[in-house]
Amino acid sequence: MSDHGHLVLHGRPIVGGVAEGEALVTRERISGWGGIDPRTGTVIETRHSLAGVSFAGRVLVFPGAKGSSGWSGMFHMARVNGVAPAAMVFTTMGTKIALGALVTRVPSVTDLDGDPFAAIETGDWVRVDGDAGTVEVRKAAHRLDGAATA
Amino acid sequence: MQLTDEERAMADGAQGAAVAAAMDLLVRYGEALGADRLVETNNVCGANVFGSRHVRLLGRGGADLHDTAFARWSLDSDEDLDIPPVAAYSCQLIGPMDIEHPELQHKDADELQAVLDSEAYSARHGIHLLSTCTPYQVGNVPVRGEHCAWMESSAVVYINSVLGARTNTEGRESTGAAMLTRRIPLYGLHLDEHRLATHLVEVGVEVETVRDWGLLGYFLGEAIAEGIPVIDGIATTPDLVRLKHFGAAAASSGDVELYHVPGVTAEARTVEEALAGRSPAATIRYGAAERRVAYERLNAKGDDRHVDLVMIGCPHATIDQIRQVCTLLDGRKVHTESNLWVFTPRAIREVAERNGYADTLRAAGAHLLSDTCPAIGQFVPPGCRVIATDSAKQAHYLPAIMGLQGWFGTTAECVDAAVNGTWEATAP
Repeated sequence: MSDHGHLVLHGRPIVGGVAEGEALVTRERISGWGGIDPRTGTVIETRHSLAGVSFAGRVLVFPGAKGSSGWSGMFHMARVNGVAPAAMVFTTMGTKIALGALVTRVPSVTDLDGDPFAAIETGDWVRVDGDAGTVEVRKAAHRLDGAATA
Repeated sequence: MQLTDEERAMADGAQGAAVAAAMDLLVRYGEALGADRLVETNNVCGANVFGSRHVRLLGRGGADLHDTAFARWSLDSDEDLDIPPVAAYSCQLIGPMDIEHPELQHKDADELQAVLDSEAYSARHGIHLLSTCTPYQVGNVPVRGEHCAWMESSAVVYINSVLGARTNTEGRESTGAAMLTRRIPLYGLHLDEHRLATHLVEVGVEVETVRDWGLLGYFLGEAIAEGIPVIDGIATTPDLVRLKHFGAAAASSGDVELYHVPGVTAEARTVEEALAGRSPAATIRYGAAERRVAYERLNAKGDDRHVDLVMIGCPHATIDQIRQVCTLLDGRKVHTESNLWVFTPRAIREVAERNGYADTLRAAGAHLLSDTCPAIGQFVPPGCRVIATDSAKQAHYLPAIMGLQGWFGTTAECVDAAVNGTWEATAP
C-alpha cells in the first residue's frame, strides 16, 4: 500500500481511453447474456454476489467473463443504452471478455502487476488509463481525508 | 499482429469498407487476446437476425436500415457500410422469434415484419437460416480439426468435444467479421496445446440418463470454471442428447468449451492421452453428494408446485426427444392451467410434421416451436410464474432472465407436470 491510501497498478492495455469512477468489485466472474439486464446495467444472475447491483458508470473490477456467447452482445447493448461500466479491470483473458471489452468501448486493463482484489474495494475511487495500462486507486477511507484537505 | 498480404489488403479496403471494418475489429480483438495472427475459417455460426428491440436503438441514418444494423451490431462499426454477401460458409443460430407462432410470443404484426425483414436480409447475404442452437443437428457438422468461428456456448462445446472441431466461444461481432473475411484470431482452442485436459474428473456414481448428464455438467461447470475436464468412470456410451445436455449445462454454470470422455469424444482414447502426460491441475470427485448439490442448486428457484410452463428442447430437441414427449403424453392432454412447449430446429419440425408427432402434440394442447426459445426470445405464457424443464441450461437462465420460479427434473416428470399442472419429482 502506498502513502495516503493511494496506489497505482500497472497492466496491459486492452481498450484505450481514460475514465474514473467508484469501484464495484466482485471476485466472481460475470455472465453477460442471462447474467445482466442491458437496460439497467444490473447483474441478474440469481446466485451472484452482485445480484441486483448496477455497474452503470462504475469501474467494474472482476475476474472476467463466463457463460453464454452473448456476452459481447449484452455489454454492447448496455453501452448503447448508456448503462455500461465506466471502465473494466479484469484478471482472466478469454474471447468473451476481450471482444466484450472492445465493443463496450470503455478503458480496460488486465495482466496487472498486483492483485486488484487485494488493492481495490467497492467504493474506492479508481482511475483507469487504457492507453498507459494503469489503474490508480484512491481508498474510500482516505478519500474523505483527502477531500477535507483539498 | 502479423497479417498476410491478403489480410493486409482487406484491412486497407481492397474489398470494400465493410470488409475493412471487419478486419479492423478482428485485429483489435486478436491483439487484445495476445494472438500473433489470424486463422482461415470457412465455417461461421452467428446471430444477425434482429427484432425491433435492436433496430429501435439505431436511430435514423442515411444507410439501409439492415446494413446499419449489421454494421452496428454485427461489426461494432459506426460507419455507413454497404454489407457484401458473406465470404464464408455462414449459418444463423437461434434467434428472437418463431415466425409461425407470433401469438405465443405476444408479438404484433410490426414485430413479426421486423424479424421477417431481418431474416430476408440475412438470406440475401448468403447466411443460411438454420435458426437453431444446434446447427450440428441439421447439416452443419464440422469435421475433426476444422477451424470454425461459432457462437452459442452449447454448440461450441459440442463441436469441440464430440466432433473435434476447433472453435473458441465467439460473439456476435467476431462472427459477423468472420463471415465477411473468413478469418478469426488464432488463439485458444484453435491451437493443439490448449486442447489438452487440465482437470481430472473421477465419476463414482452412475451417469446414465439425460438428467444424470445434465447434473454432471452443471456441477462440473461450477467446479472447474474454465478448465478442460477429462471424465473418467463413465460406464455406458452417451448419445447425442446426453452430450448435448451435458455440454450445455457445463457451459452455463461455468465456461467449459471442451471436454474429453475417453473412448467417446474425438480427441482422447484414454485419460493419459487427454492429459498428454501432465498432472491435472485438480482432481474432482463426482459422487452422490456432488450430484445432490447440483440438483439442489438447479431447484433452488422452485417453491410453488403449480407449474405454468413446461419447456422441453434446450438445446433444441432431437426428433427422438419429440417422439419421447409424445410417448410420455400417452394420449393425455396438457392441463388447462399449464402449458407444454417443445422447441426443435425448423428442419426437424418438418420431420415431426411428416411423422405425425406434431399432430400428437397439437391434439394434447402442446406446442412445437422453432427458431427461438423462451430465454432467447424472452417470452412465457401470460401470467406465468413457475416453469419446469429437463434442461439444466434453461433452468439456470430462464428464471433469472424472466424473474420466475423454476424446477429441473426428468423429461417424464416435466411431461407429467404439464398434464397435472403440478410438480412432483424424485431427487436422484
